[in-house]
Amino acid sequence: MSTDTPASAPAESAAERYLAVQRSDEFAGLRRALRGFVFPMTVAFFLWYALYVILSAYARGFMGTKLFGNINVALVFGLLQFVSTFVIAWLYARFADRRIDPVADRIRAELGEVTHEHGPRG
Amino acid sequence: MSTVLAAEAGSTTARNLTITLFLIFVAITLAITVWASRQTKTATDFYAGGRSFSGFQNGMAIGGDYMSAASFLGIAGLIALYGYDGFLYSIGFLVAWLVALLLVAELLRNSGRYTMADVLAFRMRQRPVRTAASVSTITVSIFYLLAQMVGAGALVALLLGIKPGTTFLGMDADTAKVATIILVGALMIIYVTVGGMKGTTYVQIVKAFLLMSGAIVMTLLVLAHYKFNLSTLLGDAANASGKGDNFLEPGLRYGVESGDALKTFYSKMDLLSLGIALVLGTAGLPHILIRFYTVPTAKAARKSVLWAIGIIGTFYLLTLALGFGAAALVGSQAITAQDKAGNTAAPQLAEALGIKFLGGDLGGATLLAIIAAVAFATILAVVAGLTLASSSSLAHDFYANVIKDGQASERQEVNVARISALVIGAISIVLSIFAQSLNVAFLVALAFAVAASGNLPAILYSLFWRRFNTSGAVWAIYGGLLAAVVLVFFSPVVSGAPTAMFPDHDWHWFPLSNPGIISIPFGFLCGWIGTLVSREHDEEKYAELEVRSLTGAGAH
Repeated sequence: MSTDTPASAPAESAAERYLAVQRSDEFAGLRRALRGFVFPMTVAFFLWYALYVILSAYARGFMGTKLFGNINVALVFGLLQFVSTFVIAWLYARFADRRIDPVADRIRAELGEVTHEHGPRG
Repeated sequence: MSTVLAAEAGSTTARNLTITLFLIFVAITLAITVWASRQTKTATDFYAGGRSFSGFQNGMAIGGDYMSAASFLGIAGLIALYGYDGFLYSIGFLVAWLVALLLVAELLRNSGRYTMADVLAFRMRQRPVRTAASVSTITVSIFYLLAQMVGAGALVALLLGIKPGTTFLGMDADTAKVATIILVGALMIIYVTVGGMKGTTYVQIVKAFLLMSGAIVMTLLVLAHYKFNLSTLLGDAANASGKGDNFLEPGLRYGVESGDALKTFYSKMDLLSLGIALVLGTAGLPHILIRFYTVPTAKAARKSVLWAIGIIGTFYLLTLALGFGAAALVGSQAITAQDKAGNTAAPQLAEALGIKFLGGDLGGATLLAIIAAVAFATILAVVAGLTLASSSSLAHDFYANVIKDGQASERQEVNVARISALVIGAISIVLSIFAQSLNVAFLVALAFAVAASGNLPAILYSLFWRRFNTSGAVWAIYGGLLAAVVLVFFSPVVSGAPTAMFPDHDWHWFPLSNPGIISIPFGFLCGWIGTLVSREHDEEKYAELEVRSLTGAGAH
């Protein structure tokens, strides 16, 4: 995994290469795609979870409404949190496989020969 | 309906069987540890298990690391005694994994090497940031460790059925507690110093398998008893609880409504505060974060979190059946007679189910023994992960990068990590023995609060905010850490309440048990202000961090 061995006389320093990649359109697209998915999704699941906690605290009557048998809104709402967690995880995996991995692999391959001068250990 | 744990008839059988099963677990895990030590040659082997685990293996290990005694025994007990509110806890613990999946796991795997601080210090001045990260890692891990070890001590007397006045191997209940704490501590030190990350990971995988198997079997038996009708189970649990429909609704444990308007207000604030800390804490727990380094790529890190979400989510669904099953089949009176906090609900349920399905007292004793042994395995796997996280940080962050300024050899570093594990383990044993008579269950919630208030802001700013700098990282970590610890110190869980750590004293002025609702925003605010007061900025290192974290270029 490690690429600590310095390549012989790189044309430009590693730092310059990283800066160049970071400023490239391809990388900007990757960053936009990733943030465009994870940020709204994080806000969405957090609000959905917050709604659940707030209803548990302040809407006891509603949460206690029986739907069928002894199954009430609170239980269904709680189980829906499980469902939404599983669904978001699955959506993200599908998104990352299709939209993130190919671009990341391409950029990494382009950077392949770059020298990594590991400044700090780690 | 109620059963008395380890009733005299089955008592000796159950006790011997529990001990035998536990010894088998210990023997197997020690054998794995010795095998793992032969495979552990480099620092990467010791800290990150050679990065050789698959996504599925690491997903299991994450489950084994995360599903502590607090979630297995604690949540089942909470549901058994307070009904719905225990479920609320497990939902927070599960949803939290989305933060780790979407924002942290892959970026951390790509840009870090062994510890949380590798990412935090990537584009910062090493010494101040690594020192802060080390302090926070050790604080969080020790809090968590103490809660687990004291819990193990308290459990042993109950699970082995050592009652006041009776003895076991010549030990009375108090001596047995101390002996258990020392035994658990000694085993975790051996797992970590000898087996490193590889040994610890296998211990966690074995434990996750045992825990899931035990929970699945018990759930099937509970559901079979109710002919797979969830509604009947819930109805029976509600009736047996004596609280009727309220048992199936939120509000018996958290956000309790009382006649006093101010009390009710604080109680509901406390519920919101707990909810936020649960969901934001996980992705800042150092012992969870270092698990992402044990796989070869970011894609494998993603897969491990997906497996972890599946395993942990399934487990929490099972605890629903276990908790309500215990409420219905064991009954809260029989549970509180054993343990006021309800921690023995799951083992007691196992005994009741064994008596019903496996043929009388012997069956009861057998199932009880199996679940009790699983509970000990659970504790061992978690404490090993915590010890590894804190000793890694002490060796890699503090010794190698702060004291030695990055000049220590791999060999020296790993030796220091082993010594650190020994020292941290020894300190935890001593602290746990002193703390065993105190109520320290709140320490798990405090660990989550510190992780969410100090570590998470620093991690997220590091990965996503270009302007973030050394000063911001240091402010965020110390600010969040101090806010959480100080607020809890002056809260009713430490003094001024009958259930407090020091029930006979009262210096509390902060009304909430959970500091998250204040300390988490405070941590983020500190990180923001700290950043703005410093002009430091390293554009080149930020470019490297961003490119590496998103693409995996140059990943270790």
